[in-house]
Amino acid sequence: MMKKTLLLFFVFVNVLMVNAQTTEEIIQKVKIKLEKVNDYEARGKMKTNVVFIKAPIANVKVFYKKPNKLRINNESGISFIPKGSVNINLNNIFINTSGFDMIDMGKESKTNFRIIKLLPKDENAEVVLSTLYIDETLSLIRKAKTTTKENGTYELEMSYGKYADYGLADKVIFTFNTKDYKLPKGITFDYDDGSKKEQTPDKLKDKKGKVEISYSGYIINKGVPDSVFK
Amino acid sequence: MWKLLKIELFKIFKRPRTYIAFGAVAAIVFLFQIGLKFDGKSYLDLILNNVSDSFEVSDDFKSRLLNGYFICFAILNILLIQMPLLVALIAGDSIAGEANMGTLRLSLTKPISRTDYMLVKFAASVIYTLILLLWLAVLALFGSMLIFGTNTLVVFRSEGIEMMNSFDVLWRYVAAFGYAAVALTTVSALAFLLSVFAENSIGPIIATMSIVIVLTILSEFNIPIYDKTVKPYLFTTHMVAWKGFFYVQADADNKTIDGTIQNLPAILRSMGILIAYIIGFVGTAIWIFKRKDILT
Repeated sequence: MMKKTLLLFFVFVNVLMVNAQTTEEIIQKVKIKLEKVNDYEARGKMKTNVVFIKAPIANVKVFYKKPNKLRINNESGISFIPKGSVNINLNNIFINTSGFDMIDMGKESKTNFRIIKLLPKDENAEVVLSTLYIDETLSLIRKAKTTTKENGTYELEMSYGKYADYGLADKVIFTFNTKDYKLPKGITFDYDDGSKKEQTPDKLKDKKGKVEISYSGYIINKGVPDSVFK
Repeated sequence: MWKLLKIELFKIFKRPRTYIAFGAVAAIVFLFQIGLKFDGKSYLDLILNNVSDSFEVSDDFKSRLLNGYFICFAILNILLIQMPLLVALIAGDSIAGEANMGTLRLSLTKPISRTDYMLVKFAASVIYTLILLLWLAVLALFGSMLIFGTNTLVVFRSEGIEMMNSFDVLWRYVAAFGYAAVALTTVSALAFLLSVFAENSIGPIIATMSIVIVLTILSEFNIPIYDKTVKPYLFTTHMVAWKGFFYVQADADNKTIDGTIQNLPAILRSMGILIAYIIGFVGTAIWIFKRKDILT
């Protein structure tokens, strides 16, 4: 009887230990996974959803090279690439983990993802706050919110598939802030075809743009020349 | 009728001043292309000023944007406002020129009705307009495609940006040039009508241009009551409807739907109004000419 009680006790303690990973441990595990990737070239389809832009789906190539080089190239046309899109590369967050204070915010009730806030120690840093939603069991960042001084807030949502071992997403949704768009009619000489945009006040207030990249494949650690990023 | 049309066309293309318009179009298009080739990025800076805060506007992006389709759109945006002058040069001269030279009465001694005579004269100016427009299409579209290549067409409107895949653009230009032909024929019909009243071609040409300029300014006004009462009936309001072929439909996520036009019925309605103007102008010209006492 005593033996059984002890065994149960140890199992319980063990489970508690697993659940009670420190923020540093969680971040370290995620970082190790991401650090496996030195560079990659990925193919995918990019969908832009901005209230004032009508754009076709673009075939894109995304290039990454350590520590923080990222480029999105439209293979067959033109795409409006949002500023801050370099943040779709999660390695960017972990370039200098010692430069952040980490705050454990517990778990998100719906998804059970661990919420960790990163506060930069440097007062002059462009990033004011990063909030990460981490899947502890797989050591993957599922969601990230970054608030910057100059360019508002970026949001990232990731879905993972066959490249999860490298911490690389199959699908990334990048949400960003957009500013008002207006050109004088004296320049555009628009034709008024009578079709008014259905812009309710709520929609006008929503100055968020969205870029969705669905990756079809990655070529990892095969080398990417620096000339790509120029 | 056909023989008479051939004579009229011969008369038009025999005159050296007919070629002024072709020379002017070539010079303007060429200057535009040269300007945009070497300083197009400054032009884009002005347009992209609005989006540069939210999006990456690199030199590579600007180079891609400055493709043949975009250049042609920019040229048409400016040139189709100047084209009426070149069209009026011939149409305004068709009757007044004959009166000025004293050959009108002689022409009417031929066994042909005044209505047929007028229709042939008008048909000749329409053919001239079409050839001029074809010349513009060759230089502005195919010339720009040759110099700048092709890529996605980006159209900047006052409240939004339209993007079209390169494979979805050429048919839009064909439609737009077709529409522009109707729009310029309207100006030609106006100059033709004014030509009936004058005995000197300068009068109808200047009067046509003045009317087009004043009405174009009025068409750009945005005054609430005027917007719905006067503006929809000005022919200049509908002359820019060729741009409607470059306004595309999009799905709920703002994804461009290839091969679509945002509001085709509106374009067809605009075309209908222009055709009504053409019939009105030419009909009035014939009606007046039939009752006119020809003295020269």
